Amino acid sequence: MTINWFKYAAPNSFYPWSGRIIPWCYAAAAVLGVIALYMGLVRAPADFQQGNSYRIIFIHVPAAWMSMIIYLGMAFWGAIGLAFNTRLSFYMMSALAPTGAIMTFIALWTGALWGKPTWGTWWVWDARLTSELLLLFLYMGFIALQSAIEEPRRKDRAGAVLALVGALNVPIIYFSVQWWNTLHQGASVSMTRSPSMAAIMLWGMLIMAGAFWLYCIGATLSRVRSVMLERERLSAWVQDLEHR
Amino acid sequence: MLLSIQALARRDLLLAFRQRADVLTTLLFFVLVCSLFPLGVGADPRLLQDIGPGVMWVAALLAAMLALNRLFAIDHADGSLEQILLAPQPLSVLVMAKIAAHWLSTGLPLVLIAPLLGLQYGLPAEALWVLTVSLLLGTPVLSLVGAIGASLTLGLRGGGALVSLLVLPLYVPVLIFGASAVEASASGLAYDAQLSLLGAFLLFALVFSPWATAAALKISLD
Repeated sequence: MTINWFKYAAPNSFYPWSGRIIPWCYAAAAVLGVIALYMGLVRAPADFQQGNSYRIIFIHVPAAWMSMIIYLGMAFWGAIGLAFNTRLSFYMMSALAPTGAIMTFIALWTGALWGKPTWGTWWVWDARLTSELLLLFLYMGFIALQSAIEEPRRKDRAGAVLALVGALNVPIIYFSVQWWNTLHQGASVSMTRSPSMAAIMLWGMLIMAGAFWLYCIGATLSRVRSVMLERERLSAWVQDLEHR
Repeated sequence: MLLSIQALARRDLLLAFRQRADVLTTLLFFVLVCSLFPLGVGADPRLLQDIGPGVMWVAALLAAMLALNRLFAIDHADGSLEQILLAPQPLSVLVMAKIAAHWLSTGLPLVLIAPLLGLQYGLPAEALWVLTVSLLLGTPVLSLVGAIGASLTLGLRGGGALVSLLVLPLYVPVLIFGASAVEASASGLAYDAQLSLLGAFLLFALVFSPWATAAALKISLD
């Protein structure tokens, strides 16, 4: 069986399809989230150094993963859009940005909540924290640029160029921040956890990461549907949708 | 093609020379910010020596960002940018000429005055030398990366504040290595790794930035 991918590149066939997918994404995210929370909060043992405060890892790490993956996803859709000139790719790119920014914010926020009991401070200029903060600024810049441009074609393409430039820069920023950090402060605060993580903790985290993935897919798809309706409000298929 | 680069660069430099006030404003901004910090944090010589490299580099970043507005906005307003886009020469090459002229008129003066300001912070002689070299390698990167931001925000409402949001996070690596080179030399450590990395950023930006800027200009003036 071959799937005709290009069929779903057209907004009028993607719209109903994504509408059917979204409830399943949210439902699966909820189920996986409950399982992961049960494993993380009830089954997993307390850490012998950090006590119970480490349990925020089950939110913190998946959010941090998603924040980086979503930026790459934005750059990917931007590149596809520039290469193939497909509208839907640009819509996906715009729809991913707010979810990515929220994930970055959650990662920073839970990081601060975790840092207070374990390191005794809300914020340290640790390499990972700093690069996550800069990632948040990159998301903000992307959203600000897109909302400042009114002309749709320019909005799409300028956003795509910015996302690609940002994606090229993220590794450079990450490594320079890491280097800067090792130059400035010694190992007063170390982020490295014990290498042997209990299996149940790891599984709880991986299942939670699955829940975050599904939530992000669901949220992005429902946002992309709104973007689609707004941008194509004058086209025939949206008008049909209205009169049905 | 070389002729067109030369002509465009000469035109931009001439324009900058005729409108000296614009160029001098950037330079004065840099001098002023550098002179304000001792007033804010106190004049303890040891403290000033510690924060000097970082403060001067941050001031250079802000000054470079402030100058970005000049790069394309004036040509956009009087329509000559569209003529440049229509020219038969490759746009990325012409953009390169414009960025080079922009750096010569706004970046280079900053590099030249930096050692003088370094004296205000009591930096030792070798650190002054390293400061100048690091700025010489770093400020072209600021102009090159900034050009992408300037071309993306061309003609937008609130372009000035927007360009800072787009460009400043991308300036972070240059800031880190520029400031840490000066700091390392001030405390007697080796600094050639930082300077090498700044050189690497410069080469990287030289390859990619004119290309991305040209693409962004075409998008903005589409």
